[in-house]
Parts: sequence; structure tokens; C-alpha cells
Amino acid sequence: MERPSSKQPIAVFDNVSKSLGDTRALDSLTLSFPGEGGAAIVGESGSGKSTLLELLIGLLKPDRGSINALGEPIDYANIERYRRRIGYAVQDTGLFPHLSVADNIMLPGRLAGHADSDRELRCHELATMMNLEPETLARYPLELSGGQQQRAGICRAMILKPQLLLLDEPFSGLDIVTRREIYERFLNLTQQDGTSYLLVTHDLSEAAELCDHLSILRNGRLIQQGAAGAVLRQPDHPYVEKMIQAQLGHSRALA
Amino acid sequence: MLVYLLAITGSQAETVVIGSKNFTESYLLAEIAAQWLEAGNIAVERRFGFGGTKVAYEALEDGEISLYPEYAGTIAQVILDDPALRTNEELNAHLEKRGLRLIAPLGFNNTYAIAVSGALAARLGLHTIGDLAAHPELRFAFSHEFMERRDGWPGLKSLYRLPQKPLGIEHGLAYRAIAENRIDVTDAYSTDGDIVRFGLALLEDDAAYFPDYRALWLIRADIPPAVAGRLGRLKNTIDNDLMRRLNARVLIDKATFGEVAAEFVRSIDGKARFLKGSTSAEQLLDNIWRHLQLTLTALAGATVAGVALALLSYRRRRLAKVLLYFAGLMQTIPSIALLALMLPLLGIGFLPAVVALFLYSLLPILRSTLTALAAIDPLYRRVAAAMGMTSRQQFRHVLLPLALPHVLAGIRTASVISIGTATLAAFIGAGGLGQPIVTGLALNDTGLILQGAIPAAVLAIVADILFDLSERLLIPRHMRVSQVAGT
Repeated sequence: MERPSSKQPIAVFDNVSKSLGDTRALDSLTLSFPGEGGAAIVGESGSGKSTLLELLIGLLKPDRGSINALGEPIDYANIERYRRRIGYAVQDTGLFPHLSVADNIMLPGRLAGHADSDRELRCHELATMMNLEPETLARYPLELSGGQQQRAGICRAMILKPQLLLLDEPFSGLDIVTRREIYERFLNLTQQDGTSYLLVTHDLSEAAELCDHLSILRNGRLIQQGAAGAVLRQPDHPYVEKMIQAQLGHSRALA
Repeated sequence: MLVYLLAITGSQAETVVIGSKNFTESYLLAEIAAQWLEAGNIAVERRFGFGGTKVAYEALEDGEISLYPEYAGTIAQVILDDPALRTNEELNAHLEKRGLRLIAPLGFNNTYAIAVSGALAARLGLHTIGDLAAHPELRFAFSHEFMERRDGWPGLKSLYRLPQKPLGIEHGLAYRAIAENRIDVTDAYSTDGDIVRFGLALLEDDAAYFPDYRALWLIRADIPPAVAGRLGRLKNTIDNDLMRRLNARVLIDKATFGEVAAEFVRSIDGKARFLKGSTSAEQLLDNIWRHLQLTLTALAGATVAGVALALLSYRRRRLAKVLLYFAGLMQTIPSIALLALMLPLLGIGFLPAVVALFLYSLLPILRSTLTALAAIDPLYRRVAAAMGMTSRQQFRHVLLPLALPHVLAGIRTASVISIGTATLAAFIGAGGLGQPIVTGLALNDTGLILQGAIPAAVLAIVADILFDLSERLLIPRHMRVSQVAGT
């Protein structure tokens, strides 16, 4: 299950600090994410994990420090081009209410000037992979269940075959059965496309299920990081230990 | 846009543009001039019905019209602001400095007169204006112009020591108000055909208060000599009695201006032919088209400006507040006053009317767009930006479609307002469906008023239906603003 990352890191934070108003969201954070498979950023609300993603997509700029992504420093002057190489899916999906589900999924392709037929082909491929029925594609987001909306959000984030996919708790608020099914399909899809992803979550078991690499954040600081199994077996910080106990329980042995 | 405006407002050089004020005699004299010139093979354009002396005069000075019938007293009092000027030579000396000229006194004197119902005159034994002083209980109502003019109510009151406090009333409604016994005394014109129709008695001006209102042609000095020469031949062709009869032909016999003018022209010049101008259906279509031009131009401008200002200001609360305040202020100005305010700034005609309508339409569009933009969940902007959309793409693909239902609702409100308000534009010579309403008011002709009012109402309804359809076409059901029963 554990794989050492062979490629160079997909994203590197070097001594990054970011304040939002009076609160220091990230404090001198130095952290790198492996270039293959998935990495999870785990923390409670207020840990700075969502801020980390917003820095990475360029919605925020660091106050101090630098960020490298996709092998080079973020080019804020050409931020749109950079963003088009990255997918971004969030908990509330952000599907646009005025567009059908299919048009939502295909919108980034349309803006990138891809041919209609290519976009439709890719959209249907993604929908099949994520188990979205063709008839749901013609509907508006409002008419879909929460689980269907989440799947559509993932499809939209994947439409341009991004090198990196950023996920901000996109599976929260779903029941466990739905979640399991989406996990499986999501893993298949990212594996097929060879997409790296960073998953922000407060849920350790979700992190362990989807990612090989874990980073634990607390109050804007990095507490522990490493291969998922190693972190869970050998927490080197009392906070991580408590978190494992609270969320996974003693009985759950991961090996 | 500019080219389009110029194309609409510009007048051709070869045709003589004839104007009139918005009362029967002015219409009739202007139509007589038109047919008289046409009979002499001179091309004319009719731009009748300007709402008052100042508006008609301004149109003449600006060259929007070449001539209109005017009265010597009015020129001295209202235009030149010097009541001492009496003779044509004195008046012309002043007018020539302004590039204007008076020609051909027509032969009648339509001075102001004070009118009461014949029955009341008989009952109270009223013969002269001075007799009114003994009856303070009488209800006076004067046209707005008469109330303000130096040779109107203020001087009359002090000369005859009249104690009554008059109300202002639209002149076209005053005689009917007397007939229905809602008022007792009003101002009248001595050649007014309505005096016969409503059985009014004119009180004698025994103190010789009212000045000489002999009728003449007020023309631009640059008018072609052939035109001035032909008009000169109408000198002294109409006396008081004939003028009152011509007026009565329109008012009582319901003959059209065209018919009465043709009868008159034929009586002087056997060769004269009455070219029946436009049929009323053609006239109606013309008015509707003009009305649409007015409202659509104003709406298009207000939509572009309203949406642009909203985009500029929706994230700057203070700026948004200032803009809304300004737009709201415009709406509190009564529409007729706003149109009047346009006169000194932009003159008369199409442009000032469009600007006034634009200012009226701005608030609903600006307000609804601002509200809609402010209500957009920031999540959508964040997701759109993260997707790699440029700000232009965010506007085009996210902000605009999300705000569209409310923007459309704002334009819909603005369209109803401006279709209604545009009927007032006729007062400043902009034409449209207000034209028959203004003329109808002048003639006390309900049928004519309805020829403007009904199409205007129909236009408003049709506009509403079109907006409903475009909403169905453009906006998914769950995002529509208007709830139509059964959909």
C-alpha cells in the first residue's frame, strides 16, 4: 500500500506564513507533497488546511515564504493559465445553478476552447466513471441529491485532465454508503488519469482510505507528516495520538 | 449610437419645417401655412404641438423649425421680455438680432379674454372684468401660462383689484370645467371657437389691460425668399370673425385641421388642392414607431449604464450608495418637470426626451442589478476564479447569468415606466404617442386622447408579455423572478 514517491514533489511550501485578518492561518509552514497518488492534509477547522489549498490555487498569496507547484514557483502574472492545469473541488460543490449538470462539467473545457465533441466524450467518460446516470446530466444541480452533486463537482474538476487535483472536503456531509462508493470510483478515476491530488479533510479514516501521505496541521503549523501507515502507527505528537484515538479507536489496527 | 441620434433628430435642408403650439388656433394656422406652401409647390414638414411659447420659440431659434404662427403681444411679453414693444418695426428690430423676423399680420387679434358661463353672466349681471371684484366667492382657474405671464393674472389682479385666489388648470380642460360648474372664471382667447360651443360670455376689458395679440408668422431670417414671399400673400386674409368660425369648424363640426385649412386655402387660391396628408392609420404607426424609438433608445442606454455602474460599484458600498441616491433623486422629480429641466440644457425634441427617459429608467435597472450582484454567493466567484476564468469570463459565464433574472426584472420595470412617461415627451416636441394626447387635450377631444392613450397602454402590455417570454427563454425555471400563475 505504501509507495515511496519516485517523482519529484508536486507542491512544496517553503516557510510560508499567511494571516487572514488578525488570525495567523499558516505559520512558517514548510511542507512538500509527493508527485504521485494522493496526499491528505488533516486538521480541525481553523487548522489552516483550507487556506493551504487557496494558496496553492493562487486565490491567496503568501505573506512570507514561497510556494512551488507543478515543478516551478507559482506565476501570479499568468495565474489563469496555471489554474487551468489544476482541478479544484469543494464541499459545497459550487456547481453553477444556471447551467445544467453537463454544462457545468464541460464549462472549463468550453473556456479552454476544446471541441464540442471532445468535451462531450470526456464528460460522458467522467460521468460513467463516477456513476452519474446520463439523465442526471441534463438536469440542473438543484435537482440532484447531495451525492450526485459531489460526483458532478469531481467530474468538473477533472474535465481538463489536471496534473493536480485539489479537494476541499468534497465528501463531507455524505452518508457512509454513498461515500464508500464514491471513494472507490474516485480512486479508479485518478489512477486511470494519473492525477495527483491533495485532499483536505478533518476525517483521518477518509485520509487513510484515499491517500498514502498524511500531513497533520494544527493552528497553522505542521505537526507531523509522512506515509499514512507510518503516521497512524507511530504518532510522534500527543495531538496526533489523541486524534487517532478519537477518530479511529484502539481496536482499529492499520498495517 | 451618435450617428443614429443625428439621423433621427436632423432635419432636411430643403423642406420648410412648420411648427405650432398645442392649441387649436395654432394647429390650424400652421396647417394653413403648410397647405398654402404646398399649393405653391414648396415641400413642408409638420412638427406641430409644442407645449408652450418657450418650447416653440426655442425650436425656432435652434432651427428645428423654420416658422410658426405667433402673436405680437406674446413676442413682446414672453420672448423679448419688453412689453413696451408694440409695432412690427419695433419687434423686428429686436428679432433680427436673433436671426428671426415677423411677416404678414393675418388680420385678427386674438387677445386674452376673461370668460364666464353665459348663465352666470346673466344671473350676476357681469359685463366687464371689473364686475368680478364684487363677487369674491367666484372660483377662478387659469391656464398655467396665464398665471405666470406679466400680461396675465398678476397685472389683471392689481389693475381690477380682484380678491379671488385662482387655481392653475390645463387650458384644454378649463371650458369643460366651467360647463360642468366646477369653476366659474377662466382665461380665454377672443377668437376661440370653444366660446361658441360652451356658451361662454367674454367680459369686456374696459380698462384696456390686455395688449394687442395680432397674429403673424414668426420666421427664421434665413428662410428662402420664395417661402417668405408666398406667406406674405396671406396678409390680412383672416379677421376675428373668420378665425372664430374656422376654429369652430374644428371644435364644433369636428372637421380635421386638414379639411378646414383646405377650405380656407381654396377660398383664396382657386388652384389650391388639399392633399390629404397621412391617414390616421399611418399617423398611428408613425406615432408608435416614434414612441418605440424614444423608449428603446432610452432603455438601451439605461441598461448599459445601469449594469456597468452596478458592476463598477457593487463591491464599493459607498459608491453604490451615492449612485443609488442620485438615481433615486431623478425618480422623485415629476416627469413633466424633468422634461422641462432638459429644455435649457438640451433644447427640444428627441434628444432631451431620451435623456429624461434614460434618467428615469436608470434607477430600477441599477438597483436590481446591484441587489442581484450583491446576492451572488462568493463561493461561485471563488470556484470560477479557481477554474482559471479571467475576470471577463467570470462576468460573462457566472456573474451575468446569475444576476440576469433580476437585471431583466429591472429592465421590465423601467420599460413600463418609460413607455408611460414617453407620452409626456410630446410636450417638448419629441413626438410619439403623446402627440395625439397633447392635441386631444388642446382640442378637448377625448377620441384623439384615446388614440394616444390606448396604443401606449397596449405597448406597455406587449412589452410586459415580451419580457415574460424572454424570461422563459433565457432563464431556467428555478431562477425566475416573476411568479406567473400556473407556471
